[in-house]
Amino acid sequence: MLEAIDLTIAPGELVALLGPSGSGKTTLLRVIAGLENADAGALRFGDIDATRLSVQERRVGFVFQSYALFRHMTVFDNVAYGLTVRPRRARPSRREIARRVLDLLDMVQLNGIERRYPTQLSGGQRQRVALARAMAIEPRVLLLDEPFGALDAKVRRELRGWLRGLHDRTGLTTVFVTHDQSEAMELADRVAILNAGRIEQIGAPAEVTAAPATPFVREFLS
Amino acid sequence: MSDLAVQDAAARGRDAASESAGARRALIAVSIGFLALFLALPLAIVFIAAFSRGAGAYVAALIEPDARAAIALTLVVAVIVVPINTAFGVAAAWAIAKFDFFGKQALITLIDLPLSVSPVVAGLAFILVFGAQGLLGPWAAAHGLHVVFALPGVALATLFVTFPFVARELIPLMQQQGSAEEEAALTLGASGWKAFLTVTLPNVKWALLYGVLLCNARAMGEFGAVSVVSGHIRGLTDTIPLQVEILYNEYDVAAAFSLASLLALLALATLALKSWLEWRIGGAVDRETRR
Repeated sequence: MLEAIDLTIAPGELVALLGPSGSGKTTLLRVIAGLENADAGALRFGDIDATRLSVQERRVGFVFQSYALFRHMTVFDNVAYGLTVRPRRARPSRREIARRVLDLLDMVQLNGIERRYPTQLSGGQRQRVALARAMAIEPRVLLLDEPFGALDAKVRRELRGWLRGLHDRTGLTTVFVTHDQSEAMELADRVAILNAGRIEQIGAPAEVTAAPATPFVREFLS
Repeated sequence: MSDLAVQDAAARGRDAASESAGARRALIAVSIGFLALFLALPLAIVFIAAFSRGAGAYVAALIEPDARAAIALTLVVAVIVVPINTAFGVAAAWAIAKFDFFGKQALITLIDLPLSVSPVVAGLAFILVFGAQGLLGPWAAAHGLHVVFALPGVALATLFVTFPFVARELIPLMQQQGSAEEEAALTLGASGWKAFLTVTLPNVKWALLYGVLLCNARAMGEFGAVSVVSGHIRGLTDTIPLQVEILYNEYDVAAAFSLASLLALLALATLALKSWLEWRIGGAVDRETRR
């Protein structure tokens, strides 16, 4: 699925993995998260060698394409989950957890809906809950799999700008997967274009559009 | 001309799509008649016959030593069998729904096996394995294990026939739910076990309850397999269904029906709980599919 990938991301960067379906971008994201195993190679988070770390140990914030909110839990419990499953020693107090959850919901502009269940939310709301949930564990890196895939065009456009704003405020290193070119170009600091498991080109949006490195990139971006 | 043709076609179309009122009424009458004859009537007869010699005789039939032993054995078997099959059913459903592994299809087929095998054959199989001349007979005897014609045999036979119920309730539901939520739990730092307890199980709680209910009803009511394996040792290896048969064959009809009324009550309670759970599960499925 994935060929040799060589990818370095600077702290605080917002990188887009762009490519057609089957290009391996979601697989790459899942390999970073530890949800899938790489047959060979190494993964580092800064100074830390993460290749052998389990999913839990990697502390990545993952937002799934379908959001994967816990359907039987309220919004509050969803966002608090990463904190409540910590072993007793590392777990914050109930008051502290509540404070953090409400702060996060405030950050994603979803005040007042803590008692609701995921099925009572709109797509855009669910996406923001999923984001808040991922950020609750103070992740090293935020991974988003087609974050706006399931939303209608108007909501997509609104959330794009909002996500960029959120990123700029939190400074979290973020990698997101998309097949939507305009989205990648508008949001990302750098865009990596994948095809058949390889990165064909990686660079700033302007750079990539102006000087496509391969015929595939040229065609894909036209 | 064309207007008339359209009107005519519309009228014919309506008739073709729905039965006439008469046919509908006939179908409903047949269904009710069928239910009345094969369900309501026998159920009513059980209770009428049970009380035919008065309430005193009814109670006496239930507290009679052999009856008490039968009730006790039935309960003990249920308490052994239901938790084991629940644990197995949950584990099997989880493995089948979330993973791909060698032998998966064989496992699925194996789970369905007890439903296609006659219970009498199942009971016989246990005799052939654990009986004195059976495959493991000498081994069991050497270790002082009495399997057939004793509680272990009854429990094993019941375990076999109630095998599939929990698993079959859970497998389609878990397959439909997928593993995204579990993966999310893992990325948030939950261990596999924690994810199972806090995410997987709560998502299937109604279906699980339903499966346990069916498993229990079958465990308490099983006749064929237990009949073959138990040896009908009165006061020791008779469950309620077996005791009912014995009493009936001795022409103690009222006592037989008294015991049988317990099973009938179990059936009614199971039905009531089942309807309530279906209403609940229906609500849950509704909530899930409203994406």
